[in-house]
Amino acid sequence: MKTLSLGTALGVPLALSFASAAMAEVGVSPTVWSVRTDTLEYRMGAEENSFAWGVEAWIGNDELRLVWKSEGAKTEGGDFEEMNNQIRLQMPITEFFDGFIGGAASTPDGAPDRYYGTIGVTGLAPQWFEVEAALYLSNHPYLNAEVEYEGLLTNRLILTPSIEVSLPLADDPEREIAAGGASAAFGLRLSYDLIGRSVSPYIGVNYERAFGETADIRRGHGHDIEELTGVFGVNVMF
Amino acid sequence: MKHTNFLRPLAVVLGLALGVPAQADTYNITVDKVRIDTGMFKKNGIGYNGSQTPSILHFQEGEDVVIRVKNNLRESTSIHWHGLILPFQQDGVPGISFDGIKPGETFTYRFPIEQAGTYWFHSHSGFQEPDGAYGAIVISPKGGEAVPADRDYVVQFTDKHPHSGARVFRNLKASADYYNRAQRTAQDLIEDAGAEGLKAALQDRKMWGAMRMMPTDIEDVQGFTPLINGASTQQNWTGIFKPGEKVRLRLINSSATTYFDVRVPGLKMTVVQADGNDVKPVAVDELRIAVAETYDVIVQPREAKAYSIIGESAGRTAMVRGTLAPSQGMVGPIYKMRPEPLLTMADMGGMMSGMEHSGMDRAGMDMSGMDHSGMDMSGFDMSGMDHSGHDMSSMEMSGMDQSGTDTGGMDMTSGLPVVPAEGAKGAAFYAPGSGLIPTAANGGKFLGYENLAARKPLYRDRPATREIEIRLTGNMERYIWSIDGVKYEDADPIRLKYGERVRFKFVNETMMAHPMHLHGMWTIIDTGKGPYDPVKHTVSVAPGTTLYTETEVDAPGQWAFHCHLSYHMAGGMFRKVIVEGGPS
Ligand SMILES: [Cu+2]
Repeated sequence: MKTLSLGTALGVPLALSFASAAMAEVGVSPTVWSVRTDTLEYRMGAEENSFAWGVEAWIGNDELRLVWKSEGAKTEGGDFEEMNNQIRLQMPITEFFDGFIGGAASTPDGAPDRYYGTIGVTGLAPQWFEVEAALYLSNHPYLNAEVEYEGLLTNRLILTPSIEVSLPLADDPEREIAAGGASAAFGLRLSYDLIGRSVSPYIGVNYERAFGETADIRRGHGHDIEELTGVFGVNVMF
Repeated sequence: MKHTNFLRPLAVVLGLALGVPAQADTYNITVDKVRIDTGMFKKNGIGYNGSQTPSILHFQEGEDVVIRVKNNLRESTSIHWHGLILPFQQDGVPGISFDGIKPGETFTYRFPIEQAGTYWFHSHSGFQEPDGAYGAIVISPKGGEAVPADRDYVVQFTDKHPHSGARVFRNLKASADYYNRAQRTAQDLIEDAGAEGLKAALQDRKMWGAMRMMPTDIEDVQGFTPLINGASTQQNWTGIFKPGEKVRLRLINSSATTYFDVRVPGLKMTVVQADGNDVKPVAVDELRIAVAETYDVIVQPREAKAYSIIGESAGRTAMVRGTLAPSQGMVGPIYKMRPEPLLTMADMGGMMSGMEHSGMDRAGMDMSGMDHSGMDMSGFDMSGMDHSGHDMSSMEMSGMDQSGTDTGGMDMTSGLPVVPAEGAKGAAFYAPGSGLIPTAANGGKFLGYENLAARKPLYRDRPATREIEIRLTGNMERYIWSIDGVKYEDADPIRLKYGERVRFKFVNETMMAHPMHLHGMWTIIDTGKGPYDPVKHTVSVAPGTTLYTETEVDAPGQWAFHCHLSYHMAGGMFRKVIVEGGPS
């Protein structure tokens, strides 16, 4: 089992920067920071349960932000099935979109590590869709796109559908991935802002599925190509 | 010689009674960490003289003051004397007037008091002002008040937030709608669909969604507890009167970001002063006080009962009640908050032209589905829009129903309405069809800038020597605020020449109102009254409007010029003004 050392290594400098985030002086835009999760949950599946997270922390100003993103899942009492960390520099490119460039590491248990350079865009599309699209470059490149929508049932009760799709551009047999064989995750989460926007417990469902040749490889190895889980968790922002 | 704040007015009265001329006098202020208790929540904050109750400095016109400010904080501080005419080194803006006051240090301000009226003071460092560093200034005129009253009270409003100012700012940067709990929901959609049909309701949503704007973006910081003189509704600040007495209320808005609609139900308020300058008395039922403005009003309660002083936030997310009563312990009634207003396309008028200026990407802005039936668009007319020279190709308005609209005052050649004609019933300084136009709770008269006229002209009326355009700009989603699209740190100072009379053309290209404050010199709002135009220190520029002011450049040195919403100022809606030259 791998340790969380990468995440820690990336997180510590950020945390130190947070501590020194300065007060506003006339003439200098204050440096600000934020930490928030979009996933911090327990997943209950047909065969096994797991814990999953998605965290984004940043520090910076209007012109430039240093962002750390971490996503992953760990089976209960078992391996880190997924472990993705990235550090990126993000800057405004249009009124509603940021461009970013950075480095990413995928270091799950039981599979070879992969390191990527990444370049992409993230922002707010018309009709309030939060979108992100990125190209991950290495010997095993892939495209990734995410769309999320916050549906306000009330000003505190929020229904959030989300879709994330990864499209491999090259074969990576050691990871049971075939070029063009996409994998996707669909989520539907109902959250309630309990304490400001700082603490928002939620329940929902998460459905992940592999397509195309990637699905064929997994089937061939006797692995599932889809997984439906019921989830409950709590998102935090501070 | 030391006086406490309580003894000071007594000394003035005695001095006057004995015929002693006012002399240089020393005032002491300490800047302290205090525990603030609103009754709703407690928090650590900053207070002057160790109190969450704002201190009041009583000065006499013509005296020379010496004010010793002791900084007991662990960070630098400053005090700016808001609205006072003084040498720029005494103006209290770190980095512009002086270096600030270091922790443990005592700084001594010295300046002559050349004016009279109601003003206030506050820290100009970081977010200390939203954290509680503000107080009131009352200056008695040499010849006595133009409109005398039997009682005299400061009524100082603030929007006390449970979060520190720094945290509010950080949260807004992380998510501009962090504090907006008045957003439109699925439930509103169902209600709108019921009222105006599903198609219209969906089209309305689609239009706002296309712009990624919210019609509820009126108060970007909600969740505060408004206070009067440091007291919440529950703590009930009370002013005493005897029935029949005239009571002068010195209204001051020291909020970080909140405009208040103020009324005393059951009583007319006679406005006698605005921003420290006497105006021709005008009786109103309600007025809107922008952040940093002051208004003196006179009320005359005739019954021996408790009257409420109501301050309702312009976005209708919070309300505070104080009391006027014949004795302590009486409580004025609380009133139901009025419904939340919604911005209209009229309030967006400036944004559209702003997009032209900034060359931002407007792709995807499709207004073809616009249907006015569900919106209040009265007076908003686009038939007069001059598309020549503008690239409007991606902005499709073909489906707009323009029948029955009228062209009153709306000049879209510049993309913006000009100051409309007088007599527009309190709406003259809002975009025609704006969702922000206030109305009085009792249906009576609501004060507008057009109702303000100087009691006596302060300056000889003369044509301005030149015009300077000030575009108020920003990006709501990113919570970025600027002037002419440039933030303070990246901007050159505005250079004025001593002796000139500058005309400022404020063009608001954002969807929020901005209370613009020029330090050191007066701001004369052009309301079409020539020499009787009102003289102010802070002027609110409503979204989608253009407003003109004139300033006699009569104060050498360098000065701050900024939006007085704390988080807009910190974000960069700020300029340094340098006045070159001086009296010969
Ligand atoms: Cu502003």
